[in-house]
Amino acid sequence: MAEKRHWLEHPATQNFLIPIFAVVLSFAVGAIFILIVGQNPFEVYSVLFSQTLGTSYGVGQLLFKTTPLIFAGLSVALCFKAGLFNIGAEGQLQIGAFMTALVGMYTVGVPAFIEIPLLVLAGMVGGGVWGFIPGYLKAKTGAHEVINTIMLNFVAAALVSFFVTNLFNVPATVHTPSIAPTGRIPRFDAVFSGFEGSPVNFSIIIALLAALFVWYYIDRTRYGYELRVVGLNSKAAEYGGISVSKNIILSMTIGGAIAGLVGTNYVMGYKYYFEEGFSTGTGFMGIAVALLGNNNPFGVILAALLFGMLEYGGLVINTMVPKELVSILQAIVIIFVISSNKIFRKILVNFLKKRTLSIND
Amino acid sequence: MPYAIELLSITKRFARTIANDNVTLRVESGSIHALVGENGAGKTTLMETLYGLYQPDSGRIRIQEKNVSIKSPHDSIRLGIGMVHQHFMLVPPLTVLENIVLGSETTRYSLLDLKKTTTEIAELAGRFSLSVPLDEKVENIGVGIQQRVEILKAIYRKADILVLDEPTAVLTPQESIQLFRILSELKEEGKTIVLITHKLNEVMEISDRVSVMRKGKIVGEVETAKTNPQELAQMMVGRPVLLRVEKAEKKAGDPVLTVNDLTYVDRRGISLLKNVSLEVGSGEILGIAGVEGNGQSQLVECIAGLIRPSAGFITLDGIKISGLGPREVFARGLAHVPEDRIKRGLVVEMDVKENLILGLHNQPQFSSRLSMNRKSINDNAKLLITRYDIRPMDPDAHARGLSGGNQQKVIIARELSRNAQVIVASQPTRGVDIGGIEFIHRTLVEARDAGKAVLLVSADLNEILSLSDRIAVMYDGKIVKLFPDSKVEESELGLYMTGSKGNSQEKALGI
Repeated sequence: MAEKRHWLEHPATQNFLIPIFAVVLSFAVGAIFILIVGQNPFEVYSVLFSQTLGTSYGVGQLLFKTTPLIFAGLSVALCFKAGLFNIGAEGQLQIGAFMTALVGMYTVGVPAFIEIPLLVLAGMVGGGVWGFIPGYLKAKTGAHEVINTIMLNFVAAALVSFFVTNLFNVPATVHTPSIAPTGRIPRFDAVFSGFEGSPVNFSIIIALLAALFVWYYIDRTRYGYELRVVGLNSKAAEYGGISVSKNIILSMTIGGAIAGLVGTNYVMGYKYYFEEGFSTGTGFMGIAVALLGNNNPFGVILAALLFGMLEYGGLVINTMVPKELVSILQAIVIIFVISSNKIFRKILVNFLKKRTLSIND
Repeated sequence: MPYAIELLSITKRFARTIANDNVTLRVESGSIHALVGENGAGKTTLMETLYGLYQPDSGRIRIQEKNVSIKSPHDSIRLGIGMVHQHFMLVPPLTVLENIVLGSETTRYSLLDLKKTTTEIAELAGRFSLSVPLDEKVENIGVGIQQRVEILKAIYRKADILVLDEPTAVLTPQESIQLFRILSELKEEGKTIVLITHKLNEVMEISDRVSVMRKGKIVGEVETAKTNPQELAQMMVGRPVLLRVEKAEKKAGDPVLTVNDLTYVDRRGISLLKNVSLEVGSGEILGIAGVEGNGQSQLVECIAGLIRPSAGFITLDGIKISGLGPREVFARGLAHVPEDRIKRGLVVEMDVKENLILGLHNQPQFSSRLSMNRKSINDNAKLLITRYDIRPMDPDAHARGLSGGNQQKVIIARELSRNAQVIVASQPTRGVDIGGIEFIHRTLVEARDAGKAVLLVSADLNEILSLSDRIAVMYDGKIVKLFPDSKVEESELGLYMTGSKGNSQEKALGI
């Protein structure tokens, strides 16, 4: 009785269509808010799209905002595959970026081909340690990673704040001294004209490589297989001889290390120092990015692009509507992604049912 | 005789399948009517349509010779229909009494009038010999009693028609006998009973008429007295089925798996295994009979390396394996079909080919340090799917979408592909339909004939009796009886299983 599946029934198609459906729907709802503040939604949206996607400067800004969101989104997505909810990307990226800056300021005179990998590694180690701690606690004591990562976010924020106001700061500022010049990642405008003035830099390549790595790791290696089994059914993992605690620790550590790469964008590619408050909740946006991207590394890239666009777009439509509108839009996207899954599938089932009925009649 | 239930040309479609295809079923008032068929044949859907949980796409329902429209269970209860689901709908922290009155409470000045209700229910319970402890919490009573509570609940709601979905799936043989006694009594009182089942001996024992469903259709209806299990099985499956396993007498070889004085004390300090000793020889099936929860699960988990015994040890081929983890135990030559396929044996969100390498994923043919060998994983899946006739024949199908029998075949295929010396199979055919059971039984016997040592744990006595070369009975964490062959009466096994006979430890040694 195996009937041929309708293409809409394939999970892959659905996973792709549902977020798009959610985004379209949330823009529609966002239009209502724009009407409420007395503006024309078509005008606002056309400015939003033309100023972000229509100019190379806008694209540069958008990509600059996208890069850290890819790292944070990948971090959350990878942990999620192991069944862990990493709320701690924010703390992990704070520690990671700070480590990048710290190592960078003390290693003046090292050639670039050593310095750049060194600073990248420093960020990964910093973030990795910050992911390892809640992973270890979860594996050994069962302490819930959500609570512990939230708490470690506070610890991370307080720690780096203390360091950049007291110990490692340039006097009278809240930032560290500059990193060694050899540790800088070149900006796009150094190579391509047109991106002038935009801070977008080659760390986005690292972000894309990280996405490729996460995909390969999860989808193509036995470690990724084990990680997925642990995430989907820890009892089956145990039965199959897969260590649950090892995989929890490992995935939290790798997730933390990926979040720790955020420093490549800001510290190595933009300001060349660590500054208090450089991340405006990137780690938390990472949760939304992972969700919208369906925890798929390539989905994460697309979702990060959307949120990067909204983040920069919020600035360009600032003169027309309150900036808060963009925050509302972002929130609506998330709400629709979460809730549209069921709605969408229901619509789909009804649609397919009608179709089979009409065929049979 | 008038009809209590008439389901006329009922059709019910789900998105991709037709669960009921123009089904007509008439049940005579005051009779016990069995509805049999394999899993997925549409029995439960049909009855849930009657109960108002589904709306038919077309067709009519008549109850007690009147046209009715049933939009929800509310309507069906009003019409005197009660249903005891396969999974009980009870609230564990509430008492039996509270559960029975829930939803139809007698009130006095808008307060619960439990006193009046208690007398009413006690009277009902007495009339149908449904003894239940009214003040005990449901979480503290056994499943057999819980089922009586469900029946009482339906009768308290004035049900004249009672539908029971696989009622004996969770019961011991003794509890089943009691249930049947209750059902006969209900019939005497004029109630109409529909029994959904796929156990044919039950059908023969209790029903007046049988309807057989296959693939959403009724394929036959007969008077029970004029049929036999063989004929019913053939109708259910659509081809001749071997109900008894054919196996040659065979002398067992040397012991391969030995369990020596095994004791397991859990975290709360309760001894779940008490000095259990047994041997399984090559080329034999040792069956462990017992009511679930008497230590069989712990015995299997100790052998498979999932839990560590508190005392005693286990050897495989002369090498000690107790204390090792599952990975090492597999590597020493054990295959393990776990009792709960959904919780342990499969990752239902993964596809079939990935499930077919669980626990084998580290082997060189499937993965190197840097990558999985996707081609060999796929080839392995294709090979096993063909060899074990797993449906659908698609390595990329999600395990969740498979029927229970096919899910179990995935596990059996994987475990036998280990080419292990010892096979531990726990409840291998639970929830599997007749065709699947036949296949799995044949596979286990073939493994035995190929010289494997098979330890079979099952709550299904038929299975134990037809497959085992020797039978051990577990009760209260001990082996209370060892039968050197399978020439045992079911009733005698039952006495040992419930602890009424033989309370001292025996050792299942000496092949």
